[in-house]
Amino acid sequence: MCDTCGCNVTKGNRHLIVGDGKLSRVREGTTAVSVLQGLLSENDSQAKHNREHFDRRGILAINLMSSPGSGKTALLEATIDALGDRYGIAVIEGDLETENDAERIRARGVRAVQIATGTACHLDAHMVHDAVHGLDLEGIDLVFIENVGNLVCPASFDLGQHRNVTLLSVTEGDDKPAKYPVMFRAADAVVLSKTDLLPVMDDFDPARAERCLRDLASRAPVLPVASRKSPDLDAWLKWLEQEMQDHRQRLAEGRSIRPAIQPDGMHLHAAG
Amino acid sequence: MHELSVCQGMLHQVDVIAAEHAPCRVTRIIVRIGPLSGVEPALLAQAFPLASAGTVASDAELQIENLPVRVHCETCGEESDAAANRLLCGFCGDWHTRLVSGDELLLASVELENEEHSGNTQSDTEDHVRGGQSYV
Repeated sequence: MCDTCGCNVTKGNRHLIVGDGKLSRVREGTTAVSVLQGLLSENDSQAKHNREHFDRRGILAINLMSSPGSGKTALLEATIDALGDRYGIAVIEGDLETENDAERIRARGVRAVQIATGTACHLDAHMVHDAVHGLDLEGIDLVFIENVGNLVCPASFDLGQHRNVTLLSVTEGDDKPAKYPVMFRAADAVVLSKTDLLPVMDDFDPARAERCLRDLASRAPVLPVASRKSPDLDAWLKWLEQEMQDHRQRLAEGRSIRPAIQPDGMHLHAAG
Repeated sequence: MHELSVCQGMLHQVDVIAAEHAPCRVTRIIVRIGPLSGVEPALLAQAFPLASAGTVASDAELQIENLPVRVHCETCGEESDAAANRLLCGFCGDWHTRLVSGDELLLASVELENEEHSGNTQSDTEDHVRGGQSYV
């Protein structure tokens, strides 16, 4: 058996060694192990476990992402007011510090657990796993995960949710999707929040915001929402209830779903 | 911002691979990153010496391969380059495209040097090959 004539290369291992094979030799004494796994595969396995946990209980999990102050918690409060009688809702809150958001949710009579990330700029699947175990999921249909307010890092971490929702408030720039393409590409739905302020925000053009989103090849619906004064939640609630119905249907057929983009796409062209 | 945690996740994977081939040291880690992965290659490279200190990969070279953004147009069927925030078809300009490259965040391969190695012995090679089959 030797390297020189290749007699240690068998049918069974040939594909590992030849060319770009998993164990192709690089230079004397060195072995190259081809891996082709996502850099976040550890997080992804935990996320898969979280998703299975939600699925076993028939729960739809939604990850809310946006910049700080675009109205994620206000949207949750208004959603609880609108749907709390009909569905069991629980919330996982992510912030660097304070229990404030979880307290706001609990004040609405809904179970909430706060993750204080310290200095971490995003939630990951392990943090969510710990939080889920601190949450009584009995009778829960819908879990919202309110991510850390940040338009960059949260987009890279699968938490085990089924859907990603990204909020864009009309007090921000309407070109946000062009500035933060990774985040907006990850959205299954974009909530255009604080639309009741549109009359005074004359530099925000909803059509331009949607154009920037389509430039990312995104098919995500844009849902205009006002959560506080004279709430307008129709488009959002309609989307949400359709998602819950679709998810129940999927689970009945023994299927589940992952958010639109992450990280399936990566694996699809991983070998290319 | 999150490149340090991405780097730590990567090094954990590298550690597992190195342990399966022990005794060895990691000489090179090759990753492939697309602009739409959300990870900035320069920041990952900066995070690497911090995250790898004291690990099996502390002397390793991190090689980052930057991948291009390419889209396949579902309207005209062509494939073209695109900018990260303008994923339109380069031929017909339509936005109904599918990303074929650009959001990768992959640990492509890890190069290991046998610690006991001084001149490559045949049995080493055989062990590597057989040990490596568990990756399939």
